[in-house]
Amino acid sequence: MAQKTIAGVSLEVNDEGYLNDPSQWTKEIAMEIAMEEGLELTEKHFAIISFLREKFKSGEMLTIRSVGKSGIVDIKGFYELFPGAPMKKAAKISGIPKPSSCV
Amino acid sequence: MSTKEEFPLKKVCIICAKGTIEDVYATLVMANGAVMEGIETKVFFTFFGLDAITKKQMKNLHTATIGNPAMRMPGGLPFPTLLGMLPGVEAGVSAMMKSQMEALDIPPIDEFLDMITAGGGEIFACKLAMDMFKLKKEDLSEHVKDVLTVGEFYGLAGGQGTQIIFT
Repeated sequence: MAQKTIAGVSLEVNDEGYLNDPSQWTKEIAMEIAMEEGLELTEKHFAIISFLREKFKSGEMLTIRSVGKSGIVDIKGFYELFPGAPMKKAAKISGIPKPSSCV
Repeated sequence: MSTKEEFPLKKVCIICAKGTIEDVYATLVMANGAVMEGIETKVFFTFFGLDAITKKQMKNLHTATIGNPAMRMPGGLPFPTLLGMLPGVEAGVSAMMKSQMEALDIPPIDEFLDMITAGGGEIFACKLAMDMFKLKKEDLSEHVKDVLTVGEFYGLAGGQGTQIIFT
């Protein structure tokens, strides 16, 4: 747990860099976290980020399958947008906790 | 002062040799989990595991209701062997298992293979088992990259930070 200043706002993040309070998230914070991860966000990225935040707010379990079925991207596209570990990366940038599903 | 070096997992090679629902899905969840972590993933299907990548069989996998001592009735009572022998019980229990998995958003096998390969995972079939079951590459799912011998498979399993997992 640490205090971190992102985009001029002082936030609490956990040891892995995920926001402790998802409601503090803004687009600027997303862009800065994305830069730290080596990503530049485009509209498609933000479409996925809104999808993930909505799913998180509704309390549903977040799976990579649901992202593939969201209609925004297919799974291959998702891996291209957020290379490496897409669910973890996208969650961090979206200001939501690390997904706890195994799928 | 000592420095602790980290050796993160870089590659996993997962072998699937059995064709029951639980064994195939264990392999697929582990493979997809690795792909989702950015780990290079190779999956090798052999013997009855080939059913999971054979177009005709992949929708018909079952779980054992006879000789499966871990099987229990919903509610926790032991599953009587005589019940497991009755016609239709194996199919019914297998269908129940599949619907439980669907409720957790675990996809059916062809979609699962699609998810794994979309993330960069590679699927292989065992040449020896293919010869034994008289299968050809056309009988296999389009997601299968190649048919390999065991030596070729070991050749892919090299490198630091690699683990071979037998499910």
